[in-house]
Amino acid sequence: MNKPFNNKAWFFVLPVFLLVAISAIIPLMTVVNYSVQDTFGNNVFYWAGTEWFKEVLHSSRFHDALGRNLLFSAIILAIEIPLGIAIALTLPKKGIWVPVCLILMALPLLIPWNVVGTIWQVFGRADIGLLGYTMLKLGVDYNYATKVFDAWATIIVMDVWHWTSLVVLLCYSGLVSIPEAYYQAARIDGASKWKVFKYIQLPKIKRVLLIAVLLRFMDSFMIYTEPFVLTGGGPGNSTTFLSIDLVKTAIGQFDLGPAAAMSIIYFLIVLLLSWVFYTVMENYGAEKPDSRVEQD
Amino acid sequence: MAQITLDNIAHSFDPYPTSEADYALKSIDCQWEDGGAYALLGPSGCGKTTLLNIISGLLTPSNGHVLYNNKDMTLLTPEQRNIAQVFQFPVIYDTMTVAENLAFPLVNRGIERSEIHNRVTDMLQTLELADKADRKAQGLSADEKQKISLGRGLVRYDVNAILFDEPLTVIDPHMKWQLRTKLKSLHEQFEHTMIYVTHDQTEALTFADKVVVMLKGNVLQIGTPEELFDNPAHTFVGYFIGSPGMNILPAKISGKSLKLGSVDMQLNKGYAELTGKTEIGIRPEFVTVTSASEAGSTGMKFDIESIEDVGRQKIVRGKVEGEIVNALIDEDSEIPSEPYAVFNADRICVYQDSFLVNGES
Amino acid sequence: MLELAGVTKQVGAELHINDVSLKMERGSLNILLGSTLSGKTSLMRLVAGLDRPTSGNILIDGKSVVGVQVRRRNVAMVYQQFINYPGFTVYENIASPMRLAGVDEKTLDKRVREAAELLKLTDYLDRTPLYLSGGQQQRTAIARALVKEAELVLLDEPLANLDYKLREELRVELPRIFSETGAILVYATTEPYEALMLGGHTATLFEGQVTQFGRTIDVYKQPADLTTAKIFSDPPLNIAKVDKTEAGLIYGTQKLGEAMQGLPNDSYTVAIRPHHVSLSRNDRYSVRTIATVVSSEISGSETFIHVETEQDRWVLLTHGVHRVTTGDVIEMFLDPSRYYVFNSTGALVRSPVQISETA
Repeated sequence: MNKPFNNKAWFFVLPVFLLVAISAIIPLMTVVNYSVQDTFGNNVFYWAGTEWFKEVLHSSRFHDALGRNLLFSAIILAIEIPLGIAIALTLPKKGIWVPVCLILMALPLLIPWNVVGTIWQVFGRADIGLLGYTMLKLGVDYNYATKVFDAWATIIVMDVWHWTSLVVLLCYSGLVSIPEAYYQAARIDGASKWKVFKYIQLPKIKRVLLIAVLLRFMDSFMIYTEPFVLTGGGPGNSTTFLSIDLVKTAIGQFDLGPAAAMSIIYFLIVLLLSWVFYTVMENYGAEKPDSRVEQD
Repeated sequence: MAQITLDNIAHSFDPYPTSEADYALKSIDCQWEDGGAYALLGPSGCGKTTLLNIISGLLTPSNGHVLYNNKDMTLLTPEQRNIAQVFQFPVIYDTMTVAENLAFPLVNRGIERSEIHNRVTDMLQTLELADKADRKAQGLSADEKQKISLGRGLVRYDVNAILFDEPLTVIDPHMKWQLRTKLKSLHEQFEHTMIYVTHDQTEALTFADKVVVMLKGNVLQIGTPEELFDNPAHTFVGYFIGSPGMNILPAKISGKSLKLGSVDMQLNKGYAELTGKTEIGIRPEFVTVTSASEAGSTGMKFDIESIEDVGRQKIVRGKVEGEIVNALIDEDSEIPSEPYAVFNADRICVYQDSFLVNGES
Repeated sequence: MLELAGVTKQVGAELHINDVSLKMERGSLNILLGSTLSGKTSLMRLVAGLDRPTSGNILIDGKSVVGVQVRRRNVAMVYQQFINYPGFTVYENIASPMRLAGVDEKTLDKRVREAAELLKLTDYLDRTPLYLSGGQQQRTAIARALVKEAELVLLDEPLANLDYKLREELRVELPRIFSETGAILVYATTEPYEALMLGGHTATLFEGQVTQFGRTIDVYKQPADLTTAKIFSDPPLNIAKVDKTEAGLIYGTQKLGEAMQGLPNDSYTVAIRPHHVSLSRNDRYSVRTIATVVSSEISGSETFIHVETEQDRWVLLTHGVHRVTTGDVIEMFLDPSRYYVFNSTGALVRSPVQISETA
């Protein structure tokens, strides 16, 4: 808004633009190309129009996978956001424990997806995994490879373990920026802890919280590695999310047309939902400070 | 409403203080009357905010006791002490309307709804915010927000004291006048004990019945604005109060006679034998700039270095007998070509080792 | 010379700066006086080159600097917040602009020490900002701006976060310190008293427009219009809307003086400064009015009495201690030769100086 205007800046954007063009836009165009054509092999393509899109949109397989995705994201948000806030509220705000807590919190974030999947896959096995073994000894019939509920539970726990820290760290950054005077005023006004949370902490972390929601939604909606490593989408199709289904269609069955159409639809859904979140975020935190006010 | 007593208060932020330097507050004994308006005045780091937080209960002092109406409150929380506090930056609940903000402390205390409604309506009138009652508090100007912070204290009719921590810092000069008078008239109307922390002498002097001047964790003087202006107990008080501050000049005093450099003057009061560093203090308001013929025998040559026309007054800066002296003169006054400074003998204060010495007339 | 020619800055639908034209000489101190959001900071950002004007031109020595990058322009800026490099000592903080400019070590050391001496920082050169008081931190920031030997020095409410007494001292020192550099100085403040203490020239700002620009004391004594007079008054100006008839200046049921000669019969606004209202009659203070006391403040040497006249809220500033009680009806005496008279468009038609000249 108040940035100086300089034409030279465009040159600095150019390399990134080229990189994005090569890495994203060109493959995307290939996908678009595939999505409107059919092939019987030998590199012979026929014009198929919107045929694949119609097929994908009407297939129950797609509907089921989409349903699973939405359910999964909803569960993830419902668990990670409140849990993240709760943990952030309990973290110390000053003292020697601050760096220790922050490092502990950041640790899971540093572990790659497939490693997380593998860790939990082993952890949950009844023969060699601690969790699986304990469950067995406790008399709980836990088996993610055969039971739908157990598979889902395992993936959700995995994701919660892996990503709640992100929500915690974002909320924490919002919480520490609240001036001490707010808490003091609330004490003097006789506000309960819940009211302090509702009227001071929550409004003040609203903006970072919405970023956390957006990030966690997008990321959970694109879940792939964890179910893939754990059960490969099973048992049955119970953890076959859109991404897994897409790979199955494209590489497993080599149905390039439907796979391409599906990925475009998938892409558009993510885009649409992110846009919805973004708009909500913009309007929700609408009372923006005047750009001319230096401090408040 | 309460009388507040500070009994030998000392505070250190270091849990194991070893020397006096570790104490932010050295040793403070005060008694503040019920319904009085007090200001804690001093430069940053003098301990005034620490003392305020000890009175409000946000801090527990390392030593000593805080008493409200002779009841020990030292270990009680702010809510138990039933006080209100207004902070430097306005604290408002962003998501609530103006009216909801004012109702908040009453709702928390479980007061009946009709009563809350009445009190909030009254307070909106008093604070001249009635037309904004249903607006979100977030979009208001700084002075309106500060009024709301104050209002949240005032709606609780029974508060023991209202404490202010530099409440006008973020307010524009014109609004400062309005808010200050509002504060003053609210004090007259509600008769709460009010304690006001500031580094701004104008705010302190105009607000308070009694001003507590602090320096480095000590109280230097407690007095009415006139006492602080006329008879500062310490040269620092003389310097800190007044703009420009009191002129302090080294002098020799014996009995009623005063020797300033090469000039001899007669004081109106006699002083016993003084030891140590002896100085006199004279406020710029009581230095007259005049010509040699009108100055008479007590006139001293004034080497003027600058004259600042600040509108209603002129600040004349220069040297008398080699010492820096400032004078304040009326906007219409002219400075003669060969200026002489005359000190009003009635207004000269005498200091020994920086502390005021009272003479006998 | 710095020249602003018809500078306008629009952000979205809002006009932050509206057609501002100013000329500032080298070695001069120029004060931007106005309330929060009057456009002081916006104007500074434009002058510094941090923002580009929507229209108009900014010239230094006749050459347009619009679009020239900030780092290519020799500008120094001091903010309200104390901005220093936290990891650097005071010495390194002051030296930093010269290090960037590649000044040789000997000159650098000399200039750092000179600046430190001037700003009384010599004893603190080895400390980092963390161990400094607010005043020392701000003096470090000012010293850094000073050694840069910039042709343009911008100070945006530099004393606002300092203690009253420190402010008082720096107000006296700053003009002296900067007058020697030959730079064009622009200084923003919300406080009329600060402007008067600093002297130099003042531009009064209101809603993005410069209402008047001239020598500080002239703008104070001869405000061109009512808006300027209001901005440049602390305590606030006392204002009365009067009707001039053959009978005199009629203010409600009271009379604020005889009809002024040379002015057509019309409605006018009379403004009088708080220290030109007296509690006692003498030959100058001849017009008697009455008002009700709202509150009074005694500062030790002076008394401020806030009153309600028939239609307005006024404040009186008198020497000495006067005790009045809220609700009292008091007599006030005015000196008509001290009146500022503005016509219905707000333009000044009579000022105290003119009257005393003609009298």
